[in-house]
Amino acid sequence: MTLTLGHYLSVGAILFALSVIGIFLNRRNLIVLLMAIELMLLAVNMNFVAFSHFLGDMHGQVFVFFILTVAAAESAIGLAILVLLFRNKSSINVQELNELKG
Amino acid sequence: MDVKTGFFYFFAAVLLFAAFRVITARNPVHAALYLVLAFFQAAAIWLLLKAEFLAISLVLVYVGAVMVLFLFVVMMLDINMDTLRQGFWKHFPLAGSVGALIALEMAAVLMGGFRTTEDTRPAGAAAQAVVQGAGQAAAQASNTKDLGILLYTQYLYPVQIAAVLLLVAMVAAIALTLRERKDSKHMDPGDQVRVKARDRVSVVKLAPTRAAAPATPAADAAPENKA
Repeated sequence: MTLTLGHYLSVGAILFALSVIGIFLNRRNLIVLLMAIELMLLAVNMNFVAFSHFLGDMHGQVFVFFILTVAAAESAIGLAILVLLFRNKSSINVQELNELKG
Repeated sequence: MDVKTGFFYFFAAVLLFAAFRVITARNPVHAALYLVLAFFQAAAIWLLLKAEFLAISLVLVYVGAVMVLFLFVVMMLDINMDTLRQGFWKHFPLAGSVGALIALEMAAVLMGGFRTTEDTRPAGAAAQAVVQGAGQAAAQASNTKDLGILLYTQYLYPVQIAAVLLLVAMVAAIALTLRERKDSKHMDPGDQVRVKARDRVSVVKLAPTRAAAPATPAADAAPENKA
């Protein structure tokens, strides 16, 4: 039994579903929400790398490279906003973020 | 089942376990550490897929930089976990059904779409090997070299844009969290540049006569004598 594309895609799919469940469960905790988003991006990257390997196309790995760049920027700014939020409200509870009355 | 398959199952199992612990850990520090474990396992799986450069950069960028940032923030904030954990399992039926639906839908796509490709792939593999043989023999040396050639020729402008994006993100993160200390004595350079001569020297008009001047030295002198 050799490894096929389906194996890697299944791991990516289960990882993505787990992080969706994590977003539902931790809907109050902003830090774990950010971590679940990182896991989602990891699942997507896993699919890109698997397709890139099995189709023999390097362009998928280039795309993963850019996703890594954007994800690093996103988590840095997200954590900066989180720190600012905690400084002002002393809480990272998503339920209490109703200042904008949206 | 060869060694590579065994390694794949091992890494995948640890990866999924770590991901499960990330979303259910009570302590956010534990969640961050399990996320580090998950990134390591993903990097190992990418090594199995011969994406060495991305695997190493995943470890360097994520484990070395992003997760350290996460740990700093988690340890810096004083979080009351009990209020955040309220009703944690209340939405689990909805979350579980949505997650199962996503996994099943993806599985349906995978089973329908990619089982056929894996069957046709061995047949096409020989032809593919002939086509790629010339390029692969030379390029088999390094995944990093292939990626670098692609990045710095065809994707040169996107790389530049990504670099600018990282710079903007860095400036934004610093500007968001920067705050002036109240107890520090600092000059504002903008005010120093904008100053005018009439702000420096102010002419005070005094009354020409001095009334009741002798009274103050006497009042000052009395306590001195006593001391």
